[in-house]
Amino acid sequence: MTMLIDLLIKNARLYGEGDPVDVLVRDGVIAEIGPGLAAPRDDNDTENDAEVIDAAGLVLLPGFVDLHTHLREPGGEDAETIETGSAAAALGGFTAVFAMPNTDPVADNAVIVEHVRRRGDEVGLVDVHPVGAVTVGLAGERLAELGTMAASAAQVRMFSDDGHCVHDPMLMRRALEYATALDVVIAQHAEDPRMTSGAQAHEGAVAARLGLAGWPAAAEETIVARDCALARDAGAALHVCHVSSARTVDVLRAAKAAGVRVSAEVTPHHLLLTDAALTSYDPVNKVNPPLRTGADTAAMRQALADGVIDCVATDHAPHPAQAKDCEWAAARPGMLGLQTALSVLVHTMVEPGLLDWRGVARVLSERPAEIAGIADQGRPIAVGEPANLTLVDPDEPWTVRGAKLASLASNTPYEGMRLPAQVVATVLRGRVTARDGDIRK
Amino acid sequence: MRHLLSTGDLDAATANLLLDTADRLKQALLGREVHKLPTLRGRTIVSLFYEDSTRTRVSFEIAGKWMSADTINVSAKGSSVSKGESLRDTAATLAAAGADCVIIRHPASGAPHRLAAWGDRDSLEGHGPAVVNAGDGTHEHPTQALLDAATLRDRLGSIAGKRIGIVGDVTHSRVARSNVLLLATLGAEVVLVAPPTLLPVGVADWPCRVGLHLDAELPGLDAVMMLRVQAERMHGGFFPSAREYAIGYGLSERRLALLPEHAVVLHPGPMVRGMEISPAVADSPRAAILAQVRNGVHVRMAVLYHLLAGAPEVQG
Repeated sequence: MTMLIDLLIKNARLYGEGDPVDVLVRDGVIAEIGPGLAAPRDDNDTENDAEVIDAAGLVLLPGFVDLHTHLREPGGEDAETIETGSAAAALGGFTAVFAMPNTDPVADNAVIVEHVRRRGDEVGLVDVHPVGAVTVGLAGERLAELGTMAASAAQVRMFSDDGHCVHDPMLMRRALEYATALDVVIAQHAEDPRMTSGAQAHEGAVAARLGLAGWPAAAEETIVARDCALARDAGAALHVCHVSSARTVDVLRAAKAAGVRVSAEVTPHHLLLTDAALTSYDPVNKVNPPLRTGADTAAMRQALADGVIDCVATDHAPHPAQAKDCEWAAARPGMLGLQTALSVLVHTMVEPGLLDWRGVARVLSERPAEIAGIADQGRPIAVGEPANLTLVDPDEPWTVRGAKLASLASNTPYEGMRLPAQVVATVLRGRVTARDGDIRK
Repeated sequence: MRHLLSTGDLDAATANLLLDTADRLKQALLGREVHKLPTLRGRTIVSLFYEDSTRTRVSFEIAGKWMSADTINVSAKGSSVSKGESLRDTAATLAAAGADCVIIRHPASGAPHRLAAWGDRDSLEGHGPAVVNAGDGTHEHPTQALLDAATLRDRLGSIAGKRIGIVGDVTHSRVARSNVLLLATLGAEVVLVAPPTLLPVGVADWPCRVGLHLDAELPGLDAVMMLRVQAERMHGGFFPSAREYAIGYGLSERRLALLPEHAVVLHPGPMVRGMEISPAVADSPRAAILAQVRNGVHVRMAVLYHLLAGAPEVQG
């Protein structure tokens, strides 16, 4: 019944380069690439004719991989579910997302991570890879059963206490050491909690003027520097979540030059938005780490172009209206990201010439897949490779309307913003999951 | 003027208009046995206080009553607020019940801004009640700055060209923020003096200068405003001890003597005697602390008048 029909993508430019070609997908795999391909037809069985997508003027990229998504299920289903979040992911061009463990209950054991993985498979719009908690209950006190989660059906490849920093240096060291035997990566939310107690905004001129308690950039930089030393000694793979400070880039550059196995992500919002947006006190702009200065966004863009920051990750963090439609201090930090990530990346990186489409493929697909160690994503667009693909219209701007996004939450700092580029189709192992803004069940 | 949220929103003309109006109201009431003007008869003013306050709440209530407005006080305790109602719903309720003006004090910086935005968004008339910020978190306290300015005008004759020192916990002070912006708009030179731990990162962008040594600044000041040092700061590691703070930044009699003859001492209250100000200085004729309280009523009358009585706008 769910037999996979062939898919023929006509006249797409792979990575936005060269002459348009056709891509034929059969049985979930790229079967042929070349000019003037035709799908085989069976006149007695037109139901199973290949789906043909006219991709003239469009760019074909490997399916996007998001290392940092909050799907909120279980426990936060008033903001997002695995189903709605998967829809947002597919519409945003993603074929794999990593679901952060700060759910209720916390994904700190095999039962929860297997549940998340299975729900993702049932929905079937995007590969949902659960991220396991580093510590039990995200409490930062003792290690969760990393080995059991890694060996479970969920095959957890990445662990993080995201939302909380693993701030005890000895515990972080143990986590990194332990991870080396499992060949998994520890993703750190770098925030020294002793420096950010009560923090509400980037510590600087805007926060000083608005009377908002400051979140000093040094609280991120010091943890990243410390963790790089710990990862170096352990020989472990460290991933730094949502880099926000310009000087963190300096720390990362030095660590990479010294051979530390460290990777880093930046969010779309830290590429685009600054704390200047805070003057309205509208909590749609509240996020952790906070929006910083124009100098920081400029440094994020340059570091992403240079590869010091490896990839873009959305930190898609939906919150219900009542958690945002309140006074600033009472609001929850976090914003939607899955359906705006590509457009923000094009706006901040491609249009200014900092990144070409090959680079977009690198930061939205290839590097994140490598960092997390998943073999079937972020692959080259080549014959024999799994057909995880995203088709992008680079010349079609759109206006963001939160109410029209697939997420349950509709509050977004991009409301009303006109952004370039749209996802035309997303293909997961040969199956179209989203096309022209609609989900394919 | 639709709302009074920040002194940063006031241009010099509007600020001076408010101060002039306060002056005229003061003169109008001078020597009267009955302190009552009919100006705001039929207008409803709700004070919504989420923090304890004596002087500000009383001052606003007197200001409203002296202008014949119907004034209602809501405190966060003993209302539906304590049952977990959101600020937005509380605001909508007050607007629907007919409040023309909401005076809000709230522990969250920016709460009045949200209230003003919701009022305009949710109201059927297209605009919600006028909102007056009576102190929001560590952000601003605009009417305090206006009453300080009124007091300085009374004592010094004018504000432009005068040098005003603000001493103490600037980081956590909404009084400091409102005063820096207003005094700078009115042409004063503002000097902040505080231990570096009590100056916010980013203060360099403010329209003022920072001095670290009080003794060096005092002889050049026309007025000095002492900020309250809240007890909880002493346990936060912002400075080593109350004793050391008083030695470094307290206004003692010795320091009072360093001020020029004409200089005025202000304090927004409540004072911690022996900490930021010595009892003798607080009670000296140089201190204008009770004059500040008196001016507070007139300044708040002027604010309510301009917000509610359709007083002529000043073009900036």
